[in-house]
Amino acid sequence: MPNSSAEIEYLENKARIIRHLIVKMIAHAGSGHPGGSLSIADIIACLYFKVLRHNPKKLNWEDRDRFHLSKGHACPAWYAALAEAGYFPKDKLLTLRQLGSILQGHPDRCTPGVDVASGSLGQGLSVALGMALAGKLDKKAYRVYCIIGDGELQEGNIWEAAMAASHYKLDNLCAVVDYNNFQIDGKVSEVMDVSPLKEKWLAFGWNVLQIGGHSMEDICNAFEKAKEIKNKPTVIIAKTTKGKGVSFMENVVDFHGRAPKGREIEQALEETDISDLEG
Amino acid sequence: MADLIYSRDVYGKTLAALGRRHRDIVVFDADLSGSTRTSFFAREFPERFFNFGVAEQNMFAAAAGMASCGKVVFVSTFAMFATTRALDQVRNSICFDNFNVKIVATHAGITVGEDGASHQALEDVAFFRALPNMKIIVPACPNETAEVIEEIYSVPGPVYVRLGRSKTEILDRKYKFSLGKGFILRPGKDVAVVACGIMVKPALDAAEELAKKGINVYVVNMPTINPLDKDLLVSLSRKVKGFVTCEEHSIIGGLGSAVAEAVSEASPCLVKRVGVRCQFGQSGSPAELLEKYKLNSHAIVDSVHQILDEKNSP
Ligand SMILES: Cc1ncc(C[n+]2csc(CCOP(=O)(O)OP(=O)(O)O)c2C)c(N)n1
Repeated sequence: MPNSSAEIEYLENKARIIRHLIVKMIAHAGSGHPGGSLSIADIIACLYFKVLRHNPKKLNWEDRDRFHLSKGHACPAWYAALAEAGYFPKDKLLTLRQLGSILQGHPDRCTPGVDVASGSLGQGLSVALGMALAGKLDKKAYRVYCIIGDGELQEGNIWEAAMAASHYKLDNLCAVVDYNNFQIDGKVSEVMDVSPLKEKWLAFGWNVLQIGGHSMEDICNAFEKAKEIKNKPTVIIAKTTKGKGVSFMENVVDFHGRAPKGREIEQALEETDISDLEG
Repeated sequence: MADLIYSRDVYGKTLAALGRRHRDIVVFDADLSGSTRTSFFAREFPERFFNFGVAEQNMFAAAAGMASCGKVVFVSTFAMFATTRALDQVRNSICFDNFNVKIVATHAGITVGEDGASHQALEDVAFFRALPNMKIIVPACPNETAEVIEEIYSVPGPVYVRLGRSKTEILDRKYKFSLGKGFILRPGKDVAVVACGIMVKPALDAAEELAKKGINVYVVNMPTINPLDKDLLVSLSRKVKGFVTCEEHSIIGGLGSAVAEAVSEASPCLVKRVGVRCQFGQSGSPAELLEKYKLNSHAIVDSVHQILDEKNSP
């Protein structure tokens, strides 16, 4: 089914809102990980406002699709999507990283909509695998989505999960690699090259889709295609830009894990301005 | 000589029986199902058994995902691999979320025997004891193992059960296992000997030997190390001259440490620890290794004498 241009625009606007909120909450917290949060804004917008079957008012609905953010440091993107979707009031976003907040520095089950904690990289695909196995066991139709980082692919645990997911023919599992080619110490290709990604996932028995991770059309199509594949899991390798949407953060290693300050905040808010969407 | 039985056989049978009654039980293993005896469950319920191959990190994190969907997940492998290889996954994906994952590990301790140091988990209780939400149980005999496995199905959150490789005797017990409770197997007055796992039997033997010399010691079986039965320990500390702890584990971080911490905060008294002295094991028969590492009734008798000597000297 082709996506209508109105729907694409609606989703693109959700991604803009998420970017704006990411900047706002990290700036307010004074710490956090803007780079890897901004790079997944479009993917997470598509998931929460089109793909996932979920209900913010029924957190424990058994048939809900599951989402797990394996690269947990990018949780501001997740929190923004959850708030925008109505899981909790938006004013909570400004409590990010504060004592007693429902929005911890890394995902925690105290946040409505978070099923499993994360933060220690490399485990999330296994967590998603466990959810997918449970779905098959209970003959449920729900699907499981999991976003992993490209640097995170250096963890051996990821490949254990990759092997098991195809072994168990988990066509209800869809992983997204946020391929922004940056990690903390520099470029992924220089720190510890993970390429060629397509061939690796194919060799592990996965269906592989390669897309531009900031093209809403591409993202929508990929999730649609993934649903149709039977007997194997799908990985969407999404080429992204770390820090996407804030010019001075794009492809700048420093903004992996530091908040904007002073004039940077003003500029970042300007560049992610959403006043045209309000009112 | 009493019949000798594998506690892991009992685990396998009890788990399969539980599986018949509870459809929400799912079992994971990492290529050791024959040894851990999860194979019994696998044979009966192939659709609820998942073999992860030699990939423990994946197995433990997947258990968290499975538990998040409402299952009670029993995960088995050797104690060595359950505690060290996947400690991060157990901490961050299972304990932090307080998920219903029951880790039943076999082949703990020095009595693994000939496989040697790489397979002799002597620090597993220490690692897990530091984890919030984790309950830790070391059954003393095959019958107690059956009661423990039955009970943990309905204990919420993560649980670690530590089983050995070797056959052991069935102890003559007059109580039923209950989480967090210590059991006085023999009353006494001079010293309290607190033991867990396969060290309960030598503790009883030591008490018998000491009685012949007119020294009467309590023998306490302490199967639950977390949460510890502090009330029992504190009440005993007011009656005795000291404690001797006995475990097939390092003296660092296990039962001995737990007892010392509990009594020193509430009612300080001497605590002597019988266990492995922070060192690696080696190959040998289980009987040889128990002698070599002084995990026997002589070591317990010696420790009781030490306490009495120290307390009686001016
Ligand atoms: C097991 C583990 N090791 C190290 C870290 C610290 N850490 C946080 S983010 C990160 C880099 C991750 O890179 P990538 O997966 O590419 O994420 P992205 O660049 O998209 O933010 C590291 C090493 C961690 N959180 N977990």
